[in-house]
Amino acid sequence: MSQDAIIEIKDLEVVFGSGSAAVRAVNGVTLRVERGQTVALIGESGSGKSVTLRSLLRLHAPKKTTIKGNIRVAGHDVLSLSSSALSNFRGEVCSMIFQEPLLALDPVYSVGDQIVESIQRHKGCSRAEANKKALELFERVKIPSPERRLAAYPHEMSGGMRQRAMIALALACDPQVLLADEPTTALDATVQIQILLLLRELQKTLGLSIVFVTHDIGAAVEVADRIAVMYAGQIVEEGDVRTIMRAPRHPYTKALLQSRAHGSLDRGQRLATIPGAPPDLAKLPPGCAFAPRCTYAQDECREGTIALISLGESHSARCRRTDVTHLPHTESVET
Amino acid sequence: MILFILRRILYAIPIMFGVALVCFSLVHLAPGDPLVSVLPPDASADLQRQLRTLYGFDRSLPEQFFSWILRAVTGDLGTSIASSRSVTEEVFRAVKNTLILASFATMIGFFFGSLFGFVAGYFRDTFVDKLASFISVMGVSIPHYWLGMVLVIIFAAQLNWLPATGAGPGGSADWAWDWAHMRHLVLPAITMSVIPMGIIARTVRALVADTLAQEFIIGLRAKGLTDFGVFRHVVKNVAPTALAVMGLQLGYLLGGSILIETVFSWPGTGFLLNSAIFQRDLPLLQGTILVLAIFFVLLNVLVDILQSTLDPRITRQ
Repeated sequence: MSQDAIIEIKDLEVVFGSGSAAVRAVNGVTLRVERGQTVALIGESGSGKSVTLRSLLRLHAPKKTTIKGNIRVAGHDVLSLSSSALSNFRGEVCSMIFQEPLLALDPVYSVGDQIVESIQRHKGCSRAEANKKALELFERVKIPSPERRLAAYPHEMSGGMRQRAMIALALACDPQVLLADEPTTALDATVQIQILLLLRELQKTLGLSIVFVTHDIGAAVEVADRIAVMYAGQIVEEGDVRTIMRAPRHPYTKALLQSRAHGSLDRGQRLATIPGAPPDLAKLPPGCAFAPRCTYAQDECREGTIALISLGESHSARCRRTDVTHLPHTESVET
Repeated sequence: MILFILRRILYAIPIMFGVALVCFSLVHLAPGDPLVSVLPPDASADLQRQLRTLYGFDRSLPEQFFSWILRAVTGDLGTSIASSRSVTEEVFRAVKNTLILASFATMIGFFFGSLFGFVAGYFRDTFVDKLASFISVMGVSIPHYWLGMVLVIIFAAQLNWLPATGAGPGGSADWAWDWAHMRHLVLPAITMSVIPMGIIARTVRALVADTLAQEFIIGLRAKGLTDFGVFRHVVKNVAPTALAVMGLQLGYLLGGSILIETVFSWPGTGFLLNSAIFQRDLPLLQGTILVLAIFFVLLNVLVDILQSTLDPRITRQ
């Protein structure tokens, strides 16, 4: 790859707690994000996508978490930054937007004050300058009557407006990397599209690199260049949006795509679902974690570790049955 | 905002009326003849009747209540039966002394309570937290009159550092801001501060722990705030409730200090109430209770207003 990577995650492991109760939330994630690229991490609840994202800012409580591996973001070795270097890094180089801005913003400070606080923290400029910058940011994220809205408190804004304010806050110090933790999940459908369009536009004009966590495949397709599918703390398939959407090779990705409601769903027709439940992260089975729910699974899938198999340029899947997964389903159901 | 304040004050008026009614009824429900203490045991029936008319005890209760409340509005709470002095004057002198004692006690309690509460909340489930929690539980559980006596034994009787009783040299009841008077404040104020300290510490600990567990704390860290920067946000989130608790504690201390004021012979409202009860001095008793109750109501209004300036969600909803 000729482009330079702005984010490089290597063999990331995140374990919460210790001993027999240890929850292995992330089990060896390796991911590269190139400058100006948007990568979507998708997967169901508990697949480790948010945990991976938060590791990029080292936001996990240090006492209860063990993080192994290597994370480089824009030249910073995140896992070995000192605490003061870490707080300089947060917000300035890499910032984050959250799923529910009502919870992620301090309720007793006005939105404007929270943005000004962030600007003054990193840029060390005067309050007047920071105010001016905050106003520009509100215009940039297209909040109507921005002067008035800066003085508003989070609970006084609508959901979509709050998410715009959250984005303005995240962009306050011109970061290079934006992490988005399910930013559209708490919004209704029409507002979701507006936020996605805004993110895409900001990504283009500011040259941001974005990691976008979601369980909504539609949202991922809307903003991302590449998609990484996570299951049980591992990336099980990664590739271009088109490749993943048109020719998924991991059975989990295939099952996920089939369980979406298309416009063509007939009345009375049941939505396809994935049988079973995600594995307990404190007791992961040997072999492929998806095997118990997989229609392609064979005995070989239940032992050893499954390696990532390259399936052409920038497309890979963590599966031993990729030779059959692109074929029509029926041929390989029984084992 | 002004509308909010006006509304709070308007709400307070019916509450005060209710309070006046309750304290009037309670005093008159209690057994005992108010005139016993001033009448000689062998007083003639005629004299009794005369005095009864003089104090207005011969009229019906509603009549007595309304004439009392009408005069109370103008600031006249009647005349003490025992001392024949104006109740208003007696009460306000006592209120001033109690206010001094209670404010100092609340300040001490609030300072140490917040300190212990923040430390315990920040270092939850560590040794420091256990220690701070232990101190606050002790503070709430120890009988404060007993603590007062122990302090007197140690610091007044044994070490002879501080005076044991009174509010000033030579038993003077008039306060002055000099060391001769302040010395008398130390022991009762410390004794009185122990309960609010315990309550505030426990409240603040819970509030801090609750605030630290919220999502926006991660949000604040994610935008690069240092631990101190986050701490400022925690303080502002905790402050409204902590202040409300402090206001209520001050309210309790203004009226509920009978035991401590008696132990230290502090010439405040508790002391006054105590003697009014034993002398069946009805005008003094109901006057004191009324003034204390009104203080309590006003204090709550004040706390409400203060809270709404700290937490925008209270007024604007």
